[in-house]
Amino acid sequence: MKSTLITMLMFALVFTGCKDNQQSSETTESSTSITETSSSNKGQAFIEDENAEPNALQLAIKSSDHTTLVAAVQAAEVENALVNVGPLSVFAPTNAAFDKLPEGTLDDLLKPENKEKLAQILINHVAPGNYPIETLRKNVEKGRTLYMASGEYLQVTQEGEDIYVGGTKIVGSIKVSNGWVHVIENIILPKQ
Amino acid sequence: MKKLNSILAVAIFSLIMVSCGNNNESKRSGGAMSSNVAEKVYVAPGEHDEYYAFLSGGYSGNLTVYGLPSGRMLKEIPVFSQFPTNGYGYSEETTPMLETSFGFIPWGDAHHPDISQTNGELDGRWVFINENNTPRIARISLEYFETEEIIEIPHSAGNHSSSFVTENTEYVVAGTRFSVPYPQEDIAIDQMKGNFKGPLTFIAVDENGGMSIDFQLKMPGFNYDLSHPGRGDSHGWFFFTTYNTEEAHTLQEVNASQNDKDFIAAVNWKKIQEYVRNGGGEEIDANYAHNVFNHSTQTATTTMMNKVLTVDPRDVEGAVFFMPTPKSPHGCDVDPSGEYIIGNGKLSTDLTIHSFSKMLKAIENKDFDGDAYGIPVLNFDATLAGVVKDGGLGPLHTEFDDKGNAYTTFFISSEVVKWKLGTWEVLDRQPSFYSVGHNMIPGGNSRKPDGKYMVSLNKITKDRYLPTGPELEHSAQLYDISGEKMELLLDFPTHGEPHYAAGIHADKIKANSKKIYRLDENKHEHATLNESETRVERNGNEVHVYMTMVRSHFAPDNIEGIKVGDKVYFHVTNLEQDFDVPHGFAMIGANNSELLIMPGQTKTTTWEPTKVGVWPFYCTDFCSALHQEMQGYIRVSPKGSSQELKWSLD
Repeated sequence: MKSTLITMLMFALVFTGCKDNQQSSETTESSTSITETSSSNKGQAFIEDENAEPNALQLAIKSSDHTTLVAAVQAAEVENALVNVGPLSVFAPTNAAFDKLPEGTLDDLLKPENKEKLAQILINHVAPGNYPIETLRKNVEKGRTLYMASGEYLQVTQEGEDIYVGGTKIVGSIKVSNGWVHVIENIILPKQ
Repeated sequence: MKKLNSILAVAIFSLIMVSCGNNNESKRSGGAMSSNVAEKVYVAPGEHDEYYAFLSGGYSGNLTVYGLPSGRMLKEIPVFSQFPTNGYGYSEETTPMLETSFGFIPWGDAHHPDISQTNGELDGRWVFINENNTPRIARISLEYFETEEIIEIPHSAGNHSSSFVTENTEYVVAGTRFSVPYPQEDIAIDQMKGNFKGPLTFIAVDENGGMSIDFQLKMPGFNYDLSHPGRGDSHGWFFFTTYNTEEAHTLQEVNASQNDKDFIAAVNWKKIQEYVRNGGGEEIDANYAHNVFNHSTQTATTTMMNKVLTVDPRDVEGAVFFMPTPKSPHGCDVDPSGEYIIGNGKLSTDLTIHSFSKMLKAIENKDFDGDAYGIPVLNFDATLAGVVKDGGLGPLHTEFDDKGNAYTTFFISSEVVKWKLGTWEVLDRQPSFYSVGHNMIPGGNSRKPDGKYMVSLNKITKDRYLPTGPELEHSAQLYDISGEKMELLLDFPTHGEPHYAAGIHADKIKANSKKIYRLDENKHEHATLNESETRVERNGNEVHVYMTMVRSHFAPDNIEGIKVGDKVYFHVTNLEQDFDVPHGFAMIGANNSELLIMPGQTKTTTWEPTKVGVWPFYCTDFCSALHQEMQGYIRVSPKGSSQELKWSLD
């Protein structure tokens, strides 16, 4: 069941890829007769592999709690970064987390002209490293900060059994093929 | 254009499983209409080649995988040789693959790859390849692109007329090129004549690819040079060229060229199969290794075998005949219909073509010209279908297209000649650069060759590429053979000496190629399937490290309590389950090789520390953004130290 779902989602993804690709070939048609991009030229996000563990992006795509995050990733065109060999630890805000942003903020960010700003916010949720929850706990013990792909450092703290990153609580953790996905309830806005 | 786009969209949608690369067709035909040669071999970045070509690596002992028409090398598969790139032949799991009755042999001379068949067509399951020096046959999986099995051929020497398969992969054959005492014994070399034998070994292949020697045909002591199976009506027969029917044991370049004609041996293997199934043949002593790599345990085992069933060809009525063939024939090739058997007399200018149906008639009419050691020799004229006159100088090998044409290589005149089956007329000739040996057309040894490309595998390179000192790689050339005339498209260097090659359409293999080894199927004896099970155990001076690797650390990465004089076994498991995320393992001062470990794999290497200190190990494959950090330390204390074993990842 699970694998069927992933396969279907992968199909949807590949289909989207091909459509995009056709559009681009239409626009360049006049200069060169054939500019179709092969599937392997679109990036690692578009490799089909029914046998492997899902990566961070594939996991987010199949989660109904993360549709906003996925839409944002697609708008910012950072799909390939999330399927890279990494290793990556992705702190994945839920749809509810996005809803907490001031009204209009999200719509604004999804506009094409704000692509870079959106990308900067998204990569502030990605730590380039393999951080299972035990390692994050160890970060607290040893006073180690968490370096994020945005260039910022986040504090890792503990309250009771709960681990907080950048002030927001981790409510769930899932192992993915290229690292870890930790579900969080707030957006971690970059300080810069 | 709009309409084309919508058609494309529909096609893409319906063929989504095949991926977006569906547009290849339209693109390729556009390219082929152009007269631009470069475009015919241009495979755009990210596009895939249309054919796989498996080139023998000759004395490298390996098999290389190329894409056609680009000529790009895709992979080198270690078969008969140690391969430091991934630890094959060095790791504890794979050293049994190179065991023989002569002990561990770290090198081999690979010759003739041939792809498995079903109903006379290539099926893309396995490729077989022979080792000429220490006679062996290997089977390589085309799902894993790994050597899965190697069987040694006892009582043989110069395993050259090998490793060709029958129409349904019932058998892969292994024939002897250097006849030898059978079984081996201490006799004077000049006692060769009449005393040596040239056994032809028939190896049965089961449905999982497993090889076992069914029988060995004890043939007269000639040199059995090359072979090909019958197909269609001639299915059930196998044909072997011979030379040195003079049985010369010295200065063969002169003494083995005395007879005007040698033979093509026609072997009715179905008859012999029936004979041995009914209890025929004699079991004799033998000593040979059978090495099998098990994908579940990821470990190879060697079984030493001690018997082989031998059959005297004279004991099976109507099973073996000789067809006289002029001038020390080399290549022995059978056309796609199975009717014509071509003997390439390497010292001649002509090709001799025998007819299978005429051969059957001659056998029926007992149209014999005496016998050789009791084996009937058929009348030369009785089996002769035709002669290709003045093709060139020094014919070696012939391949076929799907339009009734044959393509023969000529070593001395350094050219490829196209001629017509049935009329025997020469249609075209193109130079090869230089001195071509084998040629290959995808599907060549089958009922259905694909007449689009031909590769010539050339023995001499000289000035074809930028000079690289006296020692050069060999060279291959790609010809377009789809038109009336052959057209040279491309030159590309090859690794080792590519004696022969086998080609197949990519569609027959591509979808079956594995992406990872599944951890949940890893039954390796020393696998560690998660970090919590990592550990170090001491047993006397043997220390076993059960280690895992994942982006971007080893577990454990600090080990203390190892002492000089210990033998340390690193059993390392790659916990990744993602396509193309290998990790390497290298230990300073280890006297073997590194390990390249693919996702889900476990491999073992050993290390015998000789120096006190703190010694690093590291990942050799740039695996991730934190690859440089993927490193650990091992503390080595003096022999007799009381330092306790401890390990950590903190």
